[in-house]
Amino acid sequence: MRPGELARFAVGAIVAHPMRSALTALGVVIGVAAVVMMTSIGLGAQQRVTQAIQGLGVNMLIVTPGSGGGGPGGFARGGAGSGASLTDDDAEALRQIDGVIAVSPAVRGFQQIVASGANWNSRVEGVTPDYLVARDLALSSGEMFDDRAAQTGRTVAVLGQTVVTELFGEGVDPIGQRIRLGRVPFTVVGVLDSKGQSGVGQDQDDIVLVPLQAGRSRLFGRRVSGDEVQQIYVKAADEDVLYDVETAVNERLRELHRIQPGQDDDFSVQNMTSIQEAAGAATQTFTVLLAAVAGVSLVVGGVGIMNIMLVSVTERTREIGLRMAIGARRSDILTQFALEAVTLSFAGGVLGLLIGVGGAMLISKLGDWPSAIPIWAAPVSLGFSMIVGLVFGAYPAWRAARLDPIEALRRE
Amino acid sequence: MIGLRDLTKTYVMGDETIHALAGISLDIGRGEHVAVVGPSGSGKSTLMNILGGLDRPQAGAYDFEGEAVAAMDDDDLAAFRNRRIGFVFQSFQLLPRLSAVQNVELPMIYAGVEPGERRERAVALLERVGLGNRLMNKPTQMSGGQQQRVAIARSLANQPDLLLADEPTGALDTATSGEILELFEELNRQGLTLLVVTHDNEVAERAARRIAFRDGKIVSDERGRS
Repeated sequence: MRPGELARFAVGAIVAHPMRSALTALGVVIGVAAVVMMTSIGLGAQQRVTQAIQGLGVNMLIVTPGSGGGGPGGFARGGAGSGASLTDDDAEALRQIDGVIAVSPAVRGFQQIVASGANWNSRVEGVTPDYLVARDLALSSGEMFDDRAAQTGRTVAVLGQTVVTELFGEGVDPIGQRIRLGRVPFTVVGVLDSKGQSGVGQDQDDIVLVPLQAGRSRLFGRRVSGDEVQQIYVKAADEDVLYDVETAVNERLRELHRIQPGQDDDFSVQNMTSIQEAAGAATQTFTVLLAAVAGVSLVVGGVGIMNIMLVSVTERTREIGLRMAIGARRSDILTQFALEAVTLSFAGGVLGLLIGVGGAMLISKLGDWPSAIPIWAAPVSLGFSMIVGLVFGAYPAWRAARLDPIEALRRE
Repeated sequence: MIGLRDLTKTYVMGDETIHALAGISLDIGRGEHVAVVGPSGSGKSTLMNILGGLDRPQAGAYDFEGEAVAAMDDDDLAAFRNRRIGFVFQSFQLLPRLSAVQNVELPMIYAGVEPGERRERAVALLERVGLGNRLMNKPTQMSGGQQQRVAIARSLANQPDLLLADEPTGALDTATSGEILELFEELNRQGLTLLVVTHDNEVAERAARRIAFRDGKIVSDERGRS
């Protein structure tokens, strides 16, 4: 027998009943479309979470006073760090650790900002120039105040894009302008590059940076006194040294705070990378779960194919008997019916892939939800649809091939 | 050409054992026109199935031009049916989806004949059975006689050595039956060995040799036109 002839038989049988074939393949269409869509949505969520946490700064540790407070929301408690136990000296000591490239102590709070009649409420952080390195920030115009300014508390400010837009309008260069934070006048010296929304919906451009000492003495003096700080941002050189740095930060702070072995820390260190990994793992589990649920519908689609193939074998019993009588081997019959199931399933897979990709794109467009269609979606979903056809087509094809030609020919 | 020795085939139906073939020995020469007659259940269909390689005897030898057919495996039997045997059935057994030409091409597809050649041969065969103007018709668009002609053309597709016909006129009216029998006779005159299973005496009487079956045994074997 010439190659391809059995495939022609299979395709011939499929196109002979277009409606039935379409309905049979529908289960696989839905299954594959669901798997592709769910995976894309899940991976999109994963990327969003990763970006969100990376937006806080990569290879960064955040040290806050008080014990516990782990988890991604923990650092927001910084403002409430009433029993503050972190100081400029702690920050200075952490700077000496190997692998640390930037350390910025910070105080923070919300302030009303007024400029030329406009006013706006924003997050204000009192920091040192290292803050830009730690948070991976850059300036779009002007310049950052220097270390001396940070320590002396000059009343200068660096604004985020949102603050600029709200106070001065779109596209205005505010360098040199006077603003008031609460009652204290400040001079704008720089504008931050836009970072956009964080994953949790927070506007990262809605921020004002002032020198650490200015924040401490002029703005938040009621909450932080002397040389206290509310947070210390520590940036490690790269991911390889990150965990060593984390350990060293813990040890050094315990030492400085004279914490005895067995006693709890009076500070907490959050490793942004490990939070990111944990969150990534969680969303990955979520993705796998979604895909698995969708995969069930693919299996149901396979059962649909098996069902119709069994009906088809029964209907075509005489055809099978005739084919055997005129010289078809059992393997020819087996291959013909298996090919029919695989072709149906594969066609369903192709259609399902197109619908899945289209659906994922539509969802991300309409629902403002990121979707990442993985490159492997095409080979994997097409491969899987073929496997489904093969697995669920095998039994009907085997039944067809085991028919007794004499019995089969006699069937009405 | 064909030698059968002590062929035995029994079926168990419930608690009854039916001797479909109870030790049949028979020789058929090349170019013979044989009719096998007998009441239903006499074993004539079983004989035809075994001769055609659709069934195997439980005991005995089946020699087809020196080949031991009874000992062949499934794949060899499929090839044997494909190249050596042509089947004609009472109910035609055409595939309804396919045109006349496509039905005739089917055995050639399993034989691996090239598309161009098999189309040519199928057309020639249909012309030979008088259906040169019905090539593209589907079975449902043809009369019973025409359908049986397509089936005969199909049975001849791979130039078989033996044509087996099971009640070939059973579903046809008298006039059409006559035409089909004439076609068989013409093919026989051209050298095709022909074995017709029938319980219709008119059909049997047109054969040069008549073998009568009863209870799985040959009860008579006559030659010459009656």
